[in-house]
Amino acid sequence: MILQAIMFYIFAALAVAAGVLVVSARNPIHSVLFLIAAFFNAAGLFVLIGAEFLAMILVIVYVGAVAVLFLFVVMMLDIDFAQLRSGFVRYLPIGALIGFILLAELVLVIGSWAVAPGMPNPAVGLAAGGVPVSNTRALGDILYTRYLFAFQAAGLILLVAMIGAIVLTLRHRADVRHQSISAQLARTRAQSVEVIKVPLGSGSGV
Amino acid sequence: MAVAVVFLPLLAAVIAGFFMRVIGDRGSQLITCGAMCLSGALSIPVFLDIMAAPSPQIIPLAQWIIAGGVDVDWSLRLDTLSGVMLVTVSIVSATIHVYSIGYMAHDPSIPRFMAYLSWFTFFMLILVTSNNFVQMFFGWEGVGLCSYLLIGFWYDRPSADAAAIKAFIVNRIGDFGFALGIFAVFIIFGSLDFGTVFEKAPTVVDTSLDFLGWQVPSLTLACILLFIGAMGKSAQIPLHTWLPDAMEGPTPVSALIHAATMVTAGVFMVARFSPLFEYAPTALAVVGVIGGTTAIFAASIGMAQNDIKRVVAYSTCSQLGYMFFAAGVSAYAAAMFHLFTHAFFKALLFLASGSVIHAMGGEQDMRRMGGLWRKIPITYAVMWIGSLSLAGIPFFAGYYSKDTILDAAWASGTAVGRYAFCLGILAAFMTAFYSWRLLFMTFHGEPRADEETMHHAHESPWVMLVPLLILATGATVLGYLGYDFFVGGDRSSFWKGSILVLSRSDSLAAAEGVPGLVRYLPLIVGLVGIATAYLFYIRDPAIPVRLAARFRALYLFLLNKWYIDELYDRLFVRTAMLLGDGLWKSGDGTVIDGLGPDGVSALTRDLARQASRLQTGYLYHYAFAMMIGLVALVTWYLFPH
Amino acid sequence: MAAGSEAVAIGLAHYLTVAAILFTLGIFGIFLNRKNVIIMLMSIELMLLAVSINFVAFSVFVGNLVGQAFAMFVLTVAAAEAAIGLAILVVYFRNRGTIRVEDINMMKG
Repeated sequence: MILQAIMFYIFAALAVAAGVLVVSARNPIHSVLFLIAAFFNAAGLFVLIGAEFLAMILVIVYVGAVAVLFLFVVMMLDIDFAQLRSGFVRYLPIGALIGFILLAELVLVIGSWAVAPGMPNPAVGLAAGGVPVSNTRALGDILYTRYLFAFQAAGLILLVAMIGAIVLTLRHRADVRHQSISAQLARTRAQSVEVIKVPLGSGSGV
Repeated sequence: MAVAVVFLPLLAAVIAGFFMRVIGDRGSQLITCGAMCLSGALSIPVFLDIMAAPSPQIIPLAQWIIAGGVDVDWSLRLDTLSGVMLVTVSIVSATIHVYSIGYMAHDPSIPRFMAYLSWFTFFMLILVTSNNFVQMFFGWEGVGLCSYLLIGFWYDRPSADAAAIKAFIVNRIGDFGFALGIFAVFIIFGSLDFGTVFEKAPTVVDTSLDFLGWQVPSLTLACILLFIGAMGKSAQIPLHTWLPDAMEGPTPVSALIHAATMVTAGVFMVARFSPLFEYAPTALAVVGVIGGTTAIFAASIGMAQNDIKRVVAYSTCSQLGYMFFAAGVSAYAAAMFHLFTHAFFKALLFLASGSVIHAMGGEQDMRRMGGLWRKIPITYAVMWIGSLSLAGIPFFAGYYSKDTILDAAWASGTAVGRYAFCLGILAAFMTAFYSWRLLFMTFHGEPRADEETMHHAHESPWVMLVPLLILATGATVLGYLGYDFFVGGDRSSFWKGSILVLSRSDSLAAAEGVPGLVRYLPLIVGLVGIATAYLFYIRDPAIPVRLAARFRALYLFLLNKWYIDELYDRLFVRTAMLLGDGLWKSGDGTVIDGLGPDGVSALTRDLARQASRLQTGYLYHYAFAMMIGLVALVTWYLFPH
Repeated sequence: MAAGSEAVAIGLAHYLTVAAILFTLGIFGIFLNRKNVIIMLMSIELMLLAVSINFVAFSVFVGNLVGQAFAMFVLTVAAAEAAIGLAILVVYFRNRGTIRVEDINMMKG
């Protein structure tokens, strides 16, 4: 219990700290790295709560794919690091005010709930049908049966996103010669063969 | 036949006006002059008919308004008064039409001019033959309209345009009074028909009306309001300012409208309403005072003017004053007699002036004339005849009418009468003076124009001279011939009730017995005036110059028309302009446009512009806005619950 | 159970609070950054992470796996959105040469 609490607080603190630094770091590469740190700590929180499949997915997908993508882009774009945080201070008061109001309301809502004493122990592993199974197995059980449609839709979304990303960023390079199979196959005799009558002794002039 | 007399000019005007291109200049001149001469010729048998028949004859023409109490028809009332006017107007108008053929021969818009002249004559004839107040008002307005059109005939001259507007507006002020008078008559009598109203007049003598909070005797009120109309039309003080400026129009216009016919409509109106005025002695007193004052006022200004037409214009104004103060002492017959003779000799004077101007190639300033009598002898002769008639020299027409007026003024015995008499005598002196001043300056002495002009000075063509001779004949004999009928012993059988004079105020009857001095005083002062003019302008031309220098302020006062125009400008014109400007710029512009279209559109634009400032283009602004919206929603949701 | 377990028991509220804080940080990041758009995209990722934590916490505490399944979908969508967002950013950078936030105001009305 104590250990759980300590781990929770460590993970939570690190996640929050990483979040702050994502926003306020000067170097965008540092921002991306701090984002990765936040993801890791969130994964830790997930493990603590018993959702280990999601934790791993978080690490693999978010960190391994999304954050790396961010890193690629940040490095690819020619970003001027000399940008100072001008104007940050101008909006800080009102932005901070709005943010704190929101936070306060969220906490208020959370705190005003009557938590029944009969709440299940948070660290209890999830059971389906009374038999404790692994989180992965449990998720798989519902995902491919009850939430199949959502699953497929998510797949479609990914497909569309991929196509969109490719379409957006594809550049045709003018100096690269591509092979166009369809053009090759559509060639007619008239385009390829030419019959020339060559008089004797002179060149063909082709 | 009377219908023909009245409507022939209208027909001619319509043809000349609408078919100008078809019939051309010559055609329009022939048609209008032919119609007018026919009308003039026919007016004589019509007049004789009126003399023979019991009057008045009413010739109904058409129904007009039938509206609960206000029943007016188009009809012609033929009695002696309208008969006299018919003859005067049609004959003088006919001569002026013929004269215009010559005078306007080089004008580019002859058909328009002839059409306007005929149209004017029609309106005047409708006015004088009307049998109810509304038809008279129709004619009244019509002559005002034609006066405007004719004064501003040369509309490319801004001075002519301004003069035309001035005439119309000042007339309008008078017309406003006239209209109020008509309303008063309707309220008092319940009818607008002359016959009905005149019969009922004695019965309403002691009634009174509530006017702006005061109780005024009704007939007095009605008559004064009607007289205001006459003041405007006949250029009496204070509505006289338009008449001198009306000289911007061509000379035939001045002769016809501003000497013989339109301006006399006011006098005619007072004579026509004598059955009402007789029962409103206060109104008559007002008429007399204003008439007398105008007579002297205009004569004094006429003495100092340098434009030949202005002198004659002020002379007209002054003579109209005579006619009004004659009416003011109930000597309507004398006023009409003077109107009749004045039409002839004043038109003659104007047309002769036109002849002089024509000879001098357009010059109108007498200071640049002189020594013309050998060059234009016929014009000179008729000018003498006209002036003799005007000044009231015996045997000429003006003598009979003018002296009768002055005798009646004296004989009436009232304060107004005596006041008018004194002013009238003074004005007679001034009249003689300025008339001979005009003659001497224009025709005698060394020529003050340049060689070129003097070389070209020639007598007018016959088409202009014949009308002059006709009018000169009239100015000579009509006084002698008409005396008995108009104001002499035969007058009651002549007028036959078309003019009402109550026995208590019959100044004409009393005029028989005035003392000899009074009878001959006008002649004496007239001769003195002639002698003075001779002294000033022939014997010793330095005298007027010295006098003008000694009494410079007085001279300028007279020259500048007693500064009345300037006074009106300060008082009324500037105020009206300021009011108009203020209402236009502030009232209409700022308030109405500001609240209305401009304001709404500006507001829309501003709101839209401010709304568009939300669209900064920055994503984080949009996210921020969403954030604020979300927080607001959450707050709103949380707290009431 | 240990004697002080209730005192330090990590309940639902704790996880939700962490999520709330991360969410707020993400929001801060969106409109407080002046540097470049990538920070904005990363802030969005933070917000999505916070939401996932929320989902998972609820699913555990309610005893239902739906929350976790949904957290997976959130993950999927987050990945897709990150890909597209970065693609747009790359294209934008190619055209404009900058990803400074102040310069990206072509949506200006």
